[in-house]
Amino acid sequence: MAQSQDGDGPPTLAGGLGAAGIEAARRFIERVPHGRALGITLDRVGEGWAELSMGWDARFVGDPRTGVIHGGAVSALMDTCCGTAVLSLPEAAGTATIDLRIDYMRPATPRERITARAECYHVTRSVVFVRATACDADADRPVAMATGTFTLERAAGAPA
Amino acid sequence: MSRRPEPVQVVKQRRDAVLAALVAGVPYIGFLGIGFDRRGDELTGVLPFTDSLIGNPILPAIHGGVTAAFLEVTAIIELSWSLLWDEMESGRLDPAGLTPETLPRLPKTIGFTVDYLRSGLPRDAYARARVTRSGRRYASVQVEAWQDNRARPFAQANGRFVMPVHER
Repeated sequence: MAQSQDGDGPPTLAGGLGAAGIEAARRFIERVPHGRALGITLDRVGEGWAELSMGWDARFVGDPRTGVIHGGAVSALMDTCCGTAVLSLPEAAGTATIDLRIDYMRPATPRERITARAECYHVTRSVVFVRATACDADADRPVAMATGTFTLERAAGAPA
Repeated sequence: MSRRPEPVQVVKQRRDAVLAALVAGVPYIGFLGIGFDRRGDELTGVLPFTDSLIGNPILPAIHGGVTAAFLEVTAIIELSWSLLWDEMESGRLDPAGLTPETLPRLPKTIGFTVDYLRSGLPRDAYARARVTRSGRRYASVQVEAWQDNRARPFAQANGRFVMPVHER
């Protein structure tokens, strides 16, 4: 959590994709119909990591008595964030989720934006191992954490 | 002196009303357009396809997050339904008085693991869940989803839940 963020925190944008790459990634994300339906935005991205966020919306609520967002909407944000981190790899031409495990540590505070940050921590010829953390305004206490594996479809000519 | 069984329509009406209240109590279920078919106590989640569910516009395929959410919704409704069953059948739970505010609290998800077996096609999807453990404090639920062929699921999942605290 806070510790791992210190250890392998986000590279600066200067060391990441560059303005053109970020724009391409943003266009890609915004073309995904379900990402649009959830209002997911791409906030920051670099090589092998991505940060996406989703605003609170009454339609995404799981428990109307508390106004807490449904776990399924958090899953959708986490899956999109992990997939974006995979696509930010220079050799990636496409990806699909193989498996995704999510731990819900606490309810997200109603009306606060949820930000997810995913990073690829191991890449093989055809599989990428990704982990992600989701936080609301209290960035020190994650709402949820995820680990997943994703397929890696390599761009033609990219070294295996 | 045996008690006469309740008329079938009364039983059906009560079950359908409780299920409808359970589902209507969760706005996100409506957002995704998920409904539930019921045969006795057996529930089938139904996710009608719409364009807004697409995650990969090129294939096109259903968004992995939608698949995860569909499985999780089906698992929680199945678990809640099984928890309410006895109270409902005995007639102690009055569906007429069930509003989002008075509904019994639902179990909370601790963790959820999804295996994506095939890509979700642009068609309707179905899901059924099985409660594999339902204890006083924790529950475990298996769930799988399919499209055209029941024998070829496109995703399966396992959920861990903490039980609602009984407030009464």
